[in-house]
Amino acid sequence: MSMPFYVSPEQVMADKAEFARKGIARGKSIVALEFQGGILLMAENSTSLSKVGEIYDRLAFAGVGKFSEFDQLRKVGVRFADTKGYAYSREDVRGRGMANAFSQVMGEVFTREIKPLEVEIIVAEIGDDRYEDHRSNSLYRIKYDGFISDHKGFCVIGGKVEEVEAVLKNDYRADMPAGDAARLGRRALNAGAERSSELGASSLEVCLLDRGRSGRKFCRLSTDEVQGMLDS
Amino acid sequence: MLVRGSYQGSSFFELLQLDHRHLMPDLSAWGRSAIESVPHGTTVLAMRFSTGVLVAGDRLATAGHSVASRDVVKVFETDPYSVMAISGAAGPCIEMARILSVELEHYEKIEGERLELEGKANKLSQMIRANLPAAMQGLAVVPLFAGFDTRRKTGRLWKFDITGGRYEETEFDATGSGGLYARESLKHGWTRNLGRDEAVKVAVAALSAAADEDRATGGVDLERGIYPIIKMCTTTGHADATEAEIAACYREILAARTAGGNR
Repeated sequence: MSMPFYVSPEQVMADKAEFARKGIARGKSIVALEFQGGILLMAENSTSLSKVGEIYDRLAFAGVGKFSEFDQLRKVGVRFADTKGYAYSREDVRGRGMANAFSQVMGEVFTREIKPLEVEIIVAEIGDDRYEDHRSNSLYRIKYDGFISDHKGFCVIGGKVEEVEAVLKNDYRADMPAGDAARLGRRALNAGAERSSELGASSLEVCLLDRGRSGRKFCRLSTDEVQGMLDS
Repeated sequence: MLVRGSYQGSSFFELLQLDHRHLMPDLSAWGRSAIESVPHGTTVLAMRFSTGVLVAGDRLATAGHSVASRDVVKVFETDPYSVMAISGAAGPCIEMARILSVELEHYEKIEGERLELEGKANKLSQMIRANLPAAMQGLAVVPLFAGFDTRRKTGRLWKFDITGGRYEETEFDATGSGGLYARESLKHGWTRNLGRDEAVKVAVAALSAAADEDRATGGVDLERGIYPIIKMCTTTGHADATEAEIAACYREILAARTAGGNR
């Protein structure tokens, strides 16, 4: 007769967390940086499967870990945002609510399912100059277990976070021009990657939340545009 | 796995139908008397011109024999390269335009690329078909849909019937209570390869003709300063004709009428 053996809840959680952390650390990093003209999101990614995406007028998403899992999360976010914006108004779709919704979903999966999500995400929100209480940007980082934290200036997920963060902590300044932000982002990603040569424009995925645009602030840069930004 | 809702596809309209039924406009249960008191939009038109497509609509909405609104908007940008114009029961029409614009944006975000113009027209026809029960009661939605086809590099336009039937027009079309008169005027004024400025003139003339014959169409209201909305879609996206330009076109039409001794 087989005996069901006892495993303490602490052990179960620790094992799950360990499993998720390993999966996430294997991947490459993504950085999000506030700069003069908005927020820049940069990932080391030469494939056509994008890690950064648009959620709503002022909201962007970035994910590391298992592609199928964070892409699914991104779609959940788009559905949530579009439904909310349709039922209320476009201004009612805000970063904090969005980040909380993600955190709830990820936390629920972590406690309920046997396999946790092997992902970590960033929700970036660009401020709205029209409203006094919405002016500042927000960067939220949400971990595999739903743990949520907000960041000022910059935020890193995936890969070798400490190495990448070290570069940013040293050299990040508020209100950088776009070119400086892009070069700093690339340098930070380089620090996390095990390679001697510098990352080229074609192996970077760069998206912006651009204060200067009207309506939907999100835009994806082409390789030429990325090169132009790095050279500016 | 993650989602509480059941819908997994890339259509916002289907997402509402499946997971958020309460947000869908359901108008099939209203009686006749309620329907007559609902504001109706009147004349809208669309035409191709040399570099794209133009869509125009007057600003009047009527409820029965009364004016419901003098400055209602019936021409909507549904995405950077397409426009929808509505005539019929204003409530469901405006709601449908709203859903379509969210639909196009939603698809773009989920799939990572825009729908082709033909795909957008097709989607609209499915939405009209879903409204059929309400249409049978009298709350018809009969829009015009037009846009710039970025692949074929040309403007295109479609008209629809209440069953969702979709018909592509190669020249122009007009619908609504004054649509017949507008079409008649377009037939005289429209030529192949009209320039942008001529196209605006032809549109103002057609709306004025419709307003002249049909009491429910607004036309140009110089006294109140209410002008029709004229939107154009070209390779660079949207552009509106300015009020000053529309007023100038209308004054020209009035002057020609007076000079000819016509009343």
